[in-house]
This record gives sequence, C-alpha cells and structure tokens, in this order.
Amino acid sequence: MATDRIVGIDLGTTNSLVAFMQGETPVVIPGDGGLNLLPSVVALDANNQPVIGNAARNSLIEMPERAVYSIKRLMGRGVEDIQEELKLFPFRLAEDMQPGEVLRIKLGDKTFTPPEISALILRQLKRSAERFFGGPVTKAVITVPAYFNDAQRQATKDAGRIAGLEVLRLVNEPTAASLAYGLDKKQNGIVAVYDLGGGTFDISILKLHDGIFEVIATNGDTHLGGDDIDNLLITIALDDIRGDLGLDLRSNDLRRNAEAVQAIRKAVIDAKIVLSSQPSVKLDIELPGGQRYRREITRNQYEQLIQPVIDRTVGPCKQAMKDANLKPEQIDEVVLVGGSTRIPKVRALVKELFHREPHTDLNPDEVVALGAAVQANILGGGSEATENMLLLDVTPLSLGIEVAGGVTDKIILRNSTIPASATQFYTTQIDGQTNVAIHVLQGERELAKDCRSLARFDLKGIPPMAAGIPRVEVKFLIDANGILHVSAREQRSGKEAEIQVQPSYGLTDEQVEGMILDSFDNAEEDFRQRQLIEARAETTTILTALEKGKKSAAWGQLTTDEKKQIAKMEKSLVAVNAEEDYQAIRKAIDALNQGTMRLAELMMDTAVSTALKGKNMDDTDLGEGPTAPHPMAKAEFE
Amino acid sequence: MTTKSALTAISPKPLPEDTHSCWSCGSMRAAHFCESCGKVQPPVPVDYFSFFGLPPKLNVDVAALEKSFYELSRRLHPDLNARAGSQEQEWSLEQSSLLNDAYRTLRDPIKRTEYLLHLEGVVLEEQSKSATEQARATGEIKKQIVPPDLLEEVFELNMQLEELRMNKKMGDDDPELITEIGKQKLSLEAKHEALLQELQTYWKAWDSLVSRGHATSEERAEVTQKMVDVLNRRNYIRNLVRDVNAAMEN
Repeated sequence: MATDRIVGIDLGTTNSLVAFMQGETPVVIPGDGGLNLLPSVVALDANNQPVIGNAARNSLIEMPERAVYSIKRLMGRGVEDIQEELKLFPFRLAEDMQPGEVLRIKLGDKTFTPPEISALILRQLKRSAERFFGGPVTKAVITVPAYFNDAQRQATKDAGRIAGLEVLRLVNEPTAASLAYGLDKKQNGIVAVYDLGGGTFDISILKLHDGIFEVIATNGDTHLGGDDIDNLLITIALDDIRGDLGLDLRSNDLRRNAEAVQAIRKAVIDAKIVLSSQPSVKLDIELPGGQRYRREITRNQYEQLIQPVIDRTVGPCKQAMKDANLKPEQIDEVVLVGGSTRIPKVRALVKELFHREPHTDLNPDEVVALGAAVQANILGGGSEATENMLLLDVTPLSLGIEVAGGVTDKIILRNSTIPASATQFYTTQIDGQTNVAIHVLQGERELAKDCRSLARFDLKGIPPMAAGIPRVEVKFLIDANGILHVSAREQRSGKEAEIQVQPSYGLTDEQVEGMILDSFDNAEEDFRQRQLIEARAETTTILTALEKGKKSAAWGQLTTDEKKQIAKMEKSLVAVNAEEDYQAIRKAIDALNQGTMRLAELMMDTAVSTALKGKNMDDTDLGEGPTAPHPMAKAEFE
Repeated sequence: MTTKSALTAISPKPLPEDTHSCWSCGSMRAAHFCESCGKVQPPVPVDYFSFFGLPPKLNVDVAALEKSFYELSRRLHPDLNARAGSQEQEWSLEQSSLLNDAYRTLRDPIKRTEYLLHLEGVVLEEQSKSATEQARATGEIKKQIVPPDLLEEVFELNMQLEELRMNKKMGDDDPELITEIGKQKLSLEAKHEALLQELQTYWKAWDSLVSRGHATSEERAEVTQKMVDVLNRRNYIRNLVRDVNAAMEN
C-alpha cells in the first residue's frame, strides 16, 4: 500500500497544495516552514537556481525580471490569445517568439515554457510529500479548472510528466471540491459549486446520489479571478501616482519601476484581504525616489470598483442552470471554493443567484486539494471511506470538426458525461488521394474561426483509390481526463490510418521528453555534480604530477619524514576522492599542495619537469573553466 | 447512414447470450464484466438498447435505466479500474464511453426515438447530412417543408413577425401586435407539447409490434413514418418559436 502512494495536487493560479488520504480523512501535506499553501511563484536566484514559493515572492519585488507568477494563465495558450494578459501581467516573452510556437517566457536570461514552470512548482510539492513520507512519490492526481480546454489540460499533464510525476487523472476543480464536501456530508441531493480562484472561475452543478458524484452541467471563464481584482486596484494606484506625483510606473524600462509595481501589487493584495472584514483600509507604499503613496479605500468604493468583475460570473451560472434544466430552488446546496469567495460582495451575489446562503464551512483554499486526495484514494483502490464513491464528470465544451464553409459540425456536445465518443466517416476528393486533413475544434460557436482550434490531424496511409471510394472511420474519444484521442481506420482495407497530430498550442511528446526534469530535477544536485567533477579533475592533475615528482631527482632530496607525510596525504586524498563530498576533496588537495611545496621548489630549481612550464604559475592567470591549480605551485585558495 | 437492423432487432431479445468465457477467470461472462470475478470484458459492438439488456422498445423506465447506468458505471469506469493492466484499462475506457453514449441517448425521449429511427435506417429531414452540406455549400437556408396543417398559421405568424421587425426598425411600438404574437407563441408551445403526447401513442404501437414479434417491414414502416412526421413537425415548431423569441428580443 505504501508504494502505491498517490497524492492529490491542487495546482492553483495563486497557491498550490499537495494532500493525501490519511486513514479516512484527507489532509494537506505541509511544505517548507510547515505551511500548507505554496505560492505559485517561481524565480531564478543569482546562480540561476530555481526558487519556488514564498522566497520567490520576495524575488518578485527585488528582482522582478527573474520571477513569474500566475503562470497558469498561460498554460495551453498561444501568443495570439494572451495579448490582453500581456497588458495586465508582467510576463516577458522570449524575443524570438514566432506565431504558432509554444509560448516561452523569460526569467533572467533563461527561457521556459509554461509547463516547465508549472513543473517546478509540482516538483516542489513532490519533494514536500517525499520528505513527509520518507519515500518516493511518483503518482499524482492533479486538478484543473472545469472549463479548461484540451490544450490547457494537456499542458498540465505535460507539466506533471516533466516534474517526474505520473498523472493518473486530471480532476476538475469544482468536482474535486464536491468530493471533499460529499465525503464530509454524506447526503444525496443537487449541489452547485461556485469556484472563484486567482485566475479562473468555474460553476458546476452536480447530483450526489449514494456516493456517485454526477456532474450535470458546468460552465465558467478561464480568465477571470482574483488577479483581475488586483489589477483594478493596481491601475487605480498607478493612475493616482502618475496624476499626483507625475511618475509613470507603467514604463517597463526602469527596473525600479517594475519593483515598485510589484510592491504596489503586494500592498493591494494585503488591502483587499483586509476589506473582507474591515470597512476601510489605508495603502501606504514607498516609491522609487522616496515619495510615499497613500490612499484610503473604503469597502463601498472597493465593491463598486469590482462589481463588473464579479458580474462576469453571472452569465456562466445562469447558463449552467439552463443546461442542467434546473431552477435555483431545485438546488439543495451551494458550496464556495477559492480565496476570492471570501469577499462579502461575492457571497451576496451567490446568495442572490441561487436563492440561498452558500455553504462556507469548508476551507476555500484547501478544499480542492483535499478532494484531489479523495480521488487519488479512489484510483488507488479505495478505502472504507471512499468505497462507494465514483466521479462522473463531463466535458465542458462541445467538440467539433471544421467542415465546408468554415462551419463547425459539433460531434460531442458540451456537458456530455465522459468518457464519451463519436464516430465520423470521411472520404477523399481526388483520385489516389492518400491523406485527409481534419481540423478539430472546441467551443459553442457556429463558425470555426470563433472556436478554439485543438489540433489538426493528418490521416495518412489511405490506400490510393478513386475519389469518394475510401471510407475512413475516425473515432473521437474524450477520456476521463477530458483529453481527446483520435484513431482512424480505412474500412474497405481495414487499414489503420496513421494520425499525425499537430497540437495547436502544445508540446509534442518529443519536446516533453526532452524537458523531463532530471537535469532540472536536482538543480542543486547538478551544481554539486559539477563541483564534484571539477574537484576530481584537480585530484587527477595533482596525483599525476606527484607521480612525476616521485621519479624526479628532487624526490631523493626529501627527508623520510617528509616522504611519509606526503604519502599519508596522498592516501587521504585518494580515499576522499572516491566519495561525494567535493568540499572534503578540495581540502585534501590543499593539504597535499602544502605538503609538496618543498618538493615543488626543489623541482623548480632543477628545472626537470616540463609539465610545470606554462601552467598556472601566475596567481592572476586563472585559465578557462575549471582550473586545476598547478600542483607544485602555490594553490589557488577560494 | 447505414441501415443496421433487419428482423433481428425487432424480435424480443433476451440478454445477449455469450459463449465466450471470461479472459481472466474462465467463467461464463456477462456482456460487459464477468459475473464471477468482476473483470472488465472487451466491448462488443451492440446497439444502445442491447447494451442495457433492453428490447428496442420506446417506453423506457427512466428511473430503472438510471439505476442500471450507475451500477454499470461502478463496474466499468476507468477510475475504478485504475490499477488494472493496460489492456483492461483500454477496454474500460471504451466500455464506459459506450455506456455514457447509450445512457445519454436512451434517457431522453426524443434522442431515443431518433436513435431507434436511425437503427431502422430512417432519416429525419432536419438531420439529413447531405441536405445540410448542400445548404452550407450554396449558402442557402436549408429548405424545411411546412407541415400542411400549420400552413395558414405559419403564414400569418411570419407576416406578423415581419411587421414587428419593421416596427422595430422605425422605432414604432405596437403593443397589440406583440400581444397577438405572444398568443400565437403560446399556441405553438402547446402544440409542441401535444406532439410529444402524440409521439408517445406511436411508441405504444411500436412496442406492441416488438412484443408480438415477427413484424413485417411494412408494419414497421407504417409506425416509423408516423414518428418521423411528428418529429419533423415538432422540430419545425421549435424553430418557429425560436424565431419568434429572437424577433421579440431584438
């Protein structure tokens, strides 16, 4: 059972968590410093080593060009989609980005794809779990917004793989929350989950019946969350500062400005949290140049300001109820998920929409991770608490094929229970045609150009026949993760057609393989390895030179004692060289250097060894790369 | 669309007999999972009624269907077979997608009817793919035949809608016209509902044929044709109501 340990992970826009089922209850596994929440912030320190979490949050303010937050907003998206995002968030794209290429963003002077950054966060959680269990953790259930499309889901799976985790299942966040809720309540009925997080909004309506959690309808907005509220407040501050103090912090040229913006961001986030319980709050921020920006914000002003953001949740809620064919009265319970649901105005809106007080006793920050842990438990074979539980989720978006006229032909409708499938038949237009191109889309609109391009499939290897004769059966299958799989067969010949997928916004399998974090995985390890290699190279050099020295005339001039000392140090060095501590090896090298100083001097006098010539005799000549100080000369001490 | 069923689909069908044994424990297997050891079995391509062990009858006990659906889900769902071998997991994935597709189709009265008609090789006007493609290619609106008994009503309503659109353009307001249209809409919605009742009488007729067995193709065609008529008319009315709503909103 211990080796089958599967963890549940909430990979959130603002915070991430890892949890597991401890007996009959799911619990969050604490990370560094005993904290349950790991801020989804990644930075590179001065040595280009990744830093994740609270330490990275500090980097955001001190070295903003070396840090990134809310990377979830970029997962599974292309350059064309993120133009709005780029205006509101300090994402720095790699300079040589081409349209249609996978996004790459800059941290310092390195570039990373969003899945790689998410992988660093996942790896941190993995380590916390491994430290907690005292053993390896390689399997996980990871949550995604219910409204995430295929590309966004695939990117999340890729991130898991890069982090060294086998992602057994992607679970929709509201569904996961309902698992945590259902485990707790054990009641049948209709439950609506209203999930407003840092960057995404989901509304799901479920039917709970004897342990079966059946999603009836789901809707949402993958670019709506607490971040948008923060940005409104930041904009006010920046406008104030430009107006009153004549300082335009929006220009990205000055590094100081970027730091100031991040400081403002931190201040407004703290302020909005206060406004959930206090009627007003004062901002007081130090700006570059020493001026202070002060402003009081009342809860009234705040609520007026954020109303348009909160109102954006109304449409999806109404559509979900319509799709579910339910009136608010028919819903038994509304569960709130996500930090942003702590805002009183949000709770008021939910009460108005659903005609009842929302259920608030579950921790909105942790409930998704706990639910993921429950699902992890189910996948692992279940336990007494979960033995009757089963999740039946749905696909949030209709799947369609582009047909003549640029129109979308829907083949699997939104809110279909998954796994779900559809079969289509294709034929050729031209005699001897051996390929058929299929463009697959997700979305509800009529025209292909208004839907989300998932991928283009090329069916190859169709036996050449007259036009219109081949009958290619293409099967579209959406699996339990909500990810599409396509297979094809030419019916007359029975031949499996080869399918080449060009994901519209994603990484190919090969690319993911190449990114798998073993090189990353132990970045510290990497550093240590490098030091070790260098130290061992130095050892080889000094021992080689020592051998030469032993054969030289100068050796005879040493006392027996001196020779004994040298032999002892040599033995020491050889022993420690076989181990992994590069610092100990360096110490032993230094000791041997000291011990052979007289020998070196003697050899210099007799000018015997040609190996000595041209080598690092000069203190200031460090040479290139790992420098092995000349063994017979004075050592370079770090 | 291929015609699937011949006479066999219509005679009362017991649960699919299977002379295959369970690949895992060797017992005689049930269709989807082994009764003895519970292992998921390779999916067999059957129609949705057979998947649930139901005869191809149109009156379905939806509550019982749901119960069956939940039970089969517990057996076949990938989540509950996550530790099985990869072949089993693949079967589990296929079986559940088949289960979900079948359930989604059979639980809805209209989808169920349309599915049965599909099995009988009958094509509904609205669904005719070639007509749709032709319409798209030429950019024309697909022609829909007006049900004869609605001709007069439709003609008058279209005139009223046209008047309404003109008024809106001019900025005129004619509350009487709107009331009239509102009345027509209610009348149409009532007809829409009544058609469902009518459909259900044809269900009864169909089910009798199935129970009796050995129905001829003429007998079957007579009933299916009536069903097709009702569905076509119902769809037409639905589209009309949709147009009314659109005109009223704008």
